Amino acid sequence: MTKVLMKGNEALGEAAIRAGCVHFFGYPITPQTEVPEYLVKRLPEVGGTFVQAESEIASINMIYGAAGTGVKCLTSSSSPGISLMAEGLSYIAACELPCVLINIMRAGPGLGGILPAQSDYHQATRGHGHGDYQLIVLAPASVQEAVDLMTLAFELSETYRNPVMVCADGMIGQMMEPVEFPTEGRGEPMADNDWALTGSEGRERRIVNSLYLSPEDLDAHNRKLKAKYDLIAEKEVRHELYGETESPDLLLVAFGTMARICKSAIDDLQAGGAKVALFRPITLKPWPYAACREAMDLLPADAPVLNVEMSMGQLIDDVRLAGEGSRRVEFLGAAGGVVPTPEQVAAKIRELLP
Amino acid sequence: MESTNVLMAGFGGQGMLLAGKVLAHAAMAEGKEVSWLPSYGPEMRGGTANVTVCVAARPIASPLITTPQALMVMNLPSLEKFAPKVMEGGLIVVNTSLVHRDPKREDCTVVKVDARHVAGLAGTERAANFVMLGAYVAASGVVAPESVEREIENEFTGRKAKHVPANIAAFRAGVDAGRDVQETAAQEQDA
Repeated sequence: MTKVLMKGNEALGEAAIRAGCVHFFGYPITPQTEVPEYLVKRLPEVGGTFVQAESEIASINMIYGAAGTGVKCLTSSSSPGISLMAEGLSYIAACELPCVLINIMRAGPGLGGILPAQSDYHQATRGHGHGDYQLIVLAPASVQEAVDLMTLAFELSETYRNPVMVCADGMIGQMMEPVEFPTEGRGEPMADNDWALTGSEGRERRIVNSLYLSPEDLDAHNRKLKAKYDLIAEKEVRHELYGETESPDLLLVAFGTMARICKSAIDDLQAGGAKVALFRPITLKPWPYAACREAMDLLPADAPVLNVEMSMGQLIDDVRLAGEGSRRVEFLGAAGGVVPTPEQVAAKIRELLP
Repeated sequence: MESTNVLMAGFGGQGMLLAGKVLAHAAMAEGKEVSWLPSYGPEMRGGTANVTVCVAARPIASPLITTPQALMVMNLPSLEKFAPKVMEGGLIVVNTSLVHRDPKREDCTVVKVDARHVAGLAGTERAANFVMLGAYVAASGVVAPESVEREIENEFTGRKAKHVPANIAAFRAGVDAGRDVQETAAQEQDA
């Protein structure tokens, strides 16, 4: 298979089609608009459906409906749009419907700006709608990984009947890099299943619903969801360890574009003999706590961990959870579309190294 | 060449993003790793547009470059903004059709090209971006000029195919301009 040069947003759209998704509902917003722009041209070529909704609220509820019928479906937005989808996500997760959504994060809060940020970390991993539910959240650090994780997103959403979010910053969406798609042409539709609303003629009717007025029934439903999230946490954590992976003197933790910038800083310092490692969570939910703790345990007893993010201290919560108080966790961050540079990361590393 | 990068900057519409894309394609065709990262901030019509292209033998860590090894500037605001950021001993390619000021970087190799004039002689003033790309490619050796020419052909297809000859001619004229400067600099050094 040959490599093609593609923008992250367009590659995400193509990857969805290769994964068998031909139903898209969305609303434009910078910096993810190339996703719908690409799909509105491409979906008719593969017999798919593209709907530009009147709002993100409508988009997510169209997804709710489409997912209920057992088709692979996708929506895409950027930060303020994802906030509008919060209620719908809660309903979809409650009904255990598979779907994929993309968040190409921009700087917030409020209307914020259009430049890249990672400030929807808490929203993606803890927030959005009400109730005891979780998304699976995948965070690519390159255009190729965006493609690979898009394929995985559809697999996981189908396996666990759960919404999956592919969460990247605006830089991944806007950047062009060479990519290779794992498969040719339009992928397979979702396998037949016994829950989808496909017309009840000749069989018992099925109901997709999130209303449980009996507390016992709702308790049981929540316990069932919890068991599923526990299983996902056990089986689906993914991470990368980079740099000095044997006996580092300092461990960095970062994800997405920020992790790549950290890699440059590590590469630059390695020439001078600095022993630095990077732990990069690929699944933001479930978070790879155990693997991160193992990486921390490679450090000398009093060595700190440096958390780097394009936000004001969100990822750091999970780094601290992973460390369980065993490590001092230092913070380097920026917001508003300002991205910490490799030089700034390297300077902070030098400051912390013994 | 282990790795290199270039920041291409100009007004929106001067073709910097396209020149960067063609360069990225050419490097990719040579089996190199590439990244193409545009600025996409809020800009008004006629505002600045720039792109950073990284070319490397190994996977590219950070596509975000704060001190580029080379700079290609189409207009004065871009020169003023980015010339101070170029790596020490780097390369600056200046479009003298619009930029009448010196980069004030004694440590850098400066290639001055009257891109619009050269492009006009080659067939169309609109190909000034490829004149600049030619000068950069010749002065840096980042890719073979032939690789870029093939990608210009791949870029302009269908109804746009008629633009190929003028753009390739402009690119070649740029390559010549870049080479001349390189040779002069080498001679000056010898003397």
